Amino acid sequence: MSLSTFLQQCLTGISLGGAYALIAIGYTLVYGILRLINFAHGDIFMMAGYFMIFAMSSFPWFIAIPLVFLATILLGVTIERIAYRPLRTAPRMSVMISAIGVSYLLQNLATYLFTALPKGYPEIPFLKKIFQIGGLSASLVTFLTPVLTLIIVYVLIVLINKTKIGMAMRAVSRDYDTASLMGIKINRVITFTFAVGSGLAAVGSILYFTDRMTVFPFSGSLPGLKCFVAAVFGGIGSIPGAVIGGFILGLGETALVAMGFSTFSDAFTFILLIVILLIKPTGLFGEKTTEKV
Amino acid sequence: MTNVLQMKEITMQFGGVVAVNGLSLEVNQDEIVALIGPNGAGKTTAFNCVTGIYEPTFGQVDFLGETILSNTPKGKMQKLYTGDIVPRSLPTISNTPDVITKKGIARTFQNIRLFGQLTVFDNVLIAKHMRARQNVFSATFRLNYKVEQQMREETMALLEEQKLAHLKNEIASSLPYGLQRRLEIARALATEPKLLLLDEPAAGMNPQETQDLTDFIHQIRDSYHLTIFMIEHHMDLVMQISDRIYVLDFGKLIALGTPDEVQNNERVIEAYLGVSDDAED
Amino acid sequence: MKKNKIYTLLALLAAIGLLAFLQANRSEYSYQISILERSAIYAVVAVSMNLLTGFTGLFSLGQAGFMAIGAYVVAILTIPVENRASVYYVDGISPAIANLSCPFWLALILAGVVAAGIAALIGIPVLRLKSDYLAIATLGFSEIIRAVISAPQLNQITNGSYGLKNIPGFPNLFVAFGLCALCILVMVLLINSSYGRAFKALREDEIAAQAMGLNLFRYKQLAFVISSFFTGVGGGLLAMFMRSIDSKTFSITLTYDILLIVVLGGIGSVTGSVLGAFLVTAGREWLRFFDSPLTIGGFQVPLFRSGFRMVVFSILLMVVVLFYSRGIMGSNEFSWDGLGRLIKGIPARFRKGNAQKGDHTS
Repeated sequence: MSLSTFLQQCLTGISLGGAYALIAIGYTLVYGILRLINFAHGDIFMMAGYFMIFAMSSFPWFIAIPLVFLATILLGVTIERIAYRPLRTAPRMSVMISAIGVSYLLQNLATYLFTALPKGYPEIPFLKKIFQIGGLSASLVTFLTPVLTLIIVYVLIVLINKTKIGMAMRAVSRDYDTASLMGIKINRVITFTFAVGSGLAAVGSILYFTDRMTVFPFSGSLPGLKCFVAAVFGGIGSIPGAVIGGFILGLGETALVAMGFSTFSDAFTFILLIVILLIKPTGLFGEKTTEKV
Repeated sequence: MTNVLQMKEITMQFGGVVAVNGLSLEVNQDEIVALIGPNGAGKTTAFNCVTGIYEPTFGQVDFLGETILSNTPKGKMQKLYTGDIVPRSLPTISNTPDVITKKGIARTFQNIRLFGQLTVFDNVLIAKHMRARQNVFSATFRLNYKVEQQMREETMALLEEQKLAHLKNEIASSLPYGLQRRLEIARALATEPKLLLLDEPAAGMNPQETQDLTDFIHQIRDSYHLTIFMIEHHMDLVMQISDRIYVLDFGKLIALGTPDEVQNNERVIEAYLGVSDDAED
Repeated sequence: MKKNKIYTLLALLAAIGLLAFLQANRSEYSYQISILERSAIYAVVAVSMNLLTGFTGLFSLGQAGFMAIGAYVVAILTIPVENRASVYYVDGISPAIANLSCPFWLALILAGVVAAGIAALIGIPVLRLKSDYLAIATLGFSEIIRAVISAPQLNQITNGSYGLKNIPGFPNLFVAFGLCALCILVMVLLINSSYGRAFKALREDEIAAQAMGLNLFRYKQLAFVISSFFTGVGGGLLAMFMRSIDSKTFSITLTYDILLIVVLGGIGSVTGSVLGAFLVTAGREWLRFFDSPLTIGGFQVPLFRSGFRMVVFSILLMVVVLFYSRGIMGSNEFSWDGLGRLIKGIPARFRKGNAQKGDHTS
């Protein structure tokens, strides 16, 4: 493999990784706060793809993109309100089952509304423009993704560490009960978390689908699961961990496909999962907690 | 006096915190020994070291002459270790809690851990499971009905002795608090222990219940030939019932002796009530 | 008590009579029969999942993977030798298995054994994980199994993405339902035995169970392995029912379907799982009318078109999860007395109009 091809593959990998990272952050944020694996997150990502298709067919891109954002955030927040909030005091299994149910519902809803046939993802003109940097050529979106990801992550980390709401989020994820006793408005914090996660999913979906070019009802389930694995790998509850997990996943997958093992590219994700669960279940950047007997 | 339990220089360190610091104690046959100390002194941690829930950072636990737990700081802990006792090389012997129960040590828990959704009868019956000779096939296909019969009879007998028989089909979590404690002790007894560890058995009880418990503990000690080691805060119970008392503060042993000796020990009073203002000059 | 035994015997005779009738009129009732068969097979897998999740408290999402293993074992061992070359038409069949064949009942047992064996291996690393991680890890293994089965490198054994067909079906209905009933019966015996009690103790409080002398890992392994045995057998039964299988059949969606059956029926109730399996399978068919346009008195009802059925189904399931989280049976089992009380209570229910509120077990 020549150097330029190798670098080209790296670029593809980093780009894919960036999209994965954004989605993985959504999982990690929600898990950190609610200890819930939001199985529906991947499907929210998928719905964002469909939202874009419909938005772009009626509006120019500079109106469509914010609309998609709003719609996706609304969807995420509504799901939390309807399917997760009532089960706050229920055993963990119930909430997980609810999440699975929501995922199931979204997939069936998409199949019903948009049919199971893949729909073409609209081209956002400037994103698909091909650029040449050095010996590498790719569409703007491929270059943009990792950069955008890092910017967003930086903003997020500042948000979490320097703002009031960020501190509230950290408090709730540390100790839910005490945080509520301290006067933190739990519902608001949780709604905000879901809003952020869904917003990230919307960004991720734009970046992901622009390259992929088609959306179908199950486009979200496997990437969703993979991104969850990425979050676990990096340490669930840790944003840097989710980002690193996303990039490693993206690079690893691209490498496997380049080497001709594309059928294993999906299994690769799960092998990664098993490995990390065996060696360090709390993930690369995760923390250990002990139970008081 | 046979030595039933011996803790030798047990030190338990979590990260940078030394929860139990060089604790040595012994419990002899038929004794009722109490472990007391202010909250956070490390009493339950010490219990957990004996029953195998925690692996002690350093030290040894002997039960009926056999070393059941033994450890010395390894790896990262070697650098972090800040316990009082200088660690020397000890063999590494570790056992999971179920093995230790099989050897004859049973316990109750500070925050009552019953099998909440199961009946009173099942709670005790499950504890009998350990001593039964069976495997999953003989149990499933009912080839072992004699063994099952025997377990049930023994469970019923135990429930009758503990005056819980009339509640046998009640759901455990629906019982009043005092009865739940009684059930937890009954369940521990079902494992046919030689040493019974009670973690704050009188917690949440009123004076009358505490008195009943005192009589109860004497009675089970006698009828089941038990040795009892308990953690307790209710001083009336402790002073009335204990043969000897060990006092822990910040993980260290600060006093030991008979109830009289301990009651008048200055360090103990200090630990519980603090130093008086006069002494600070 | 004797009354109950008589009722049970009567019910059994009625069931056998029904089977005999259906067997005799096979072609006429083939649609209904296939629904019943599929329900029965899902019931077996649902009970096995309940054994693990409801009774032992181990939330595992690996069912599809073990079903796949069972299905492929049965398929490989029972496709008639003379047909094999044509089934493996792309890459040919591996000589090691080309002539390996055995009667279906043995193949089913082997299906279970192989699934159980793999479960034992997987259990070693996976069972020490906390509940959420256990769910994801088992899900992961299920996907890995599926990837391995469809890998082109293994085409000579599994026929990769082309699938296996010409799997011989059940000789007759009695065999089909009899096998399902047998599996469920054994699992019920286990649950009501001392080991079943030990599993429940594990679910209630692990630390207390350990303190009572139960070796956690050993009992978790036992539950996991036994559950996977029956899941594997269920997969084998599914292969015999469907006559042809491929890896797509065993996607995560299958696991979710079983999970929703278990939740609908009641986590911790065998009767619930069986009922749930029949309700869901039959219900899915019955809901088919949502899929075609509906006109009432010349007025076209909106929304009714292809795909609506699954949306309605998903919404119904969400309703169960949110409002009736204990499911139909809660954690109760069937009893003739209970049925009697239910029937007698119906007039009173109409008067009061009260809905069953779920109260959560922790």
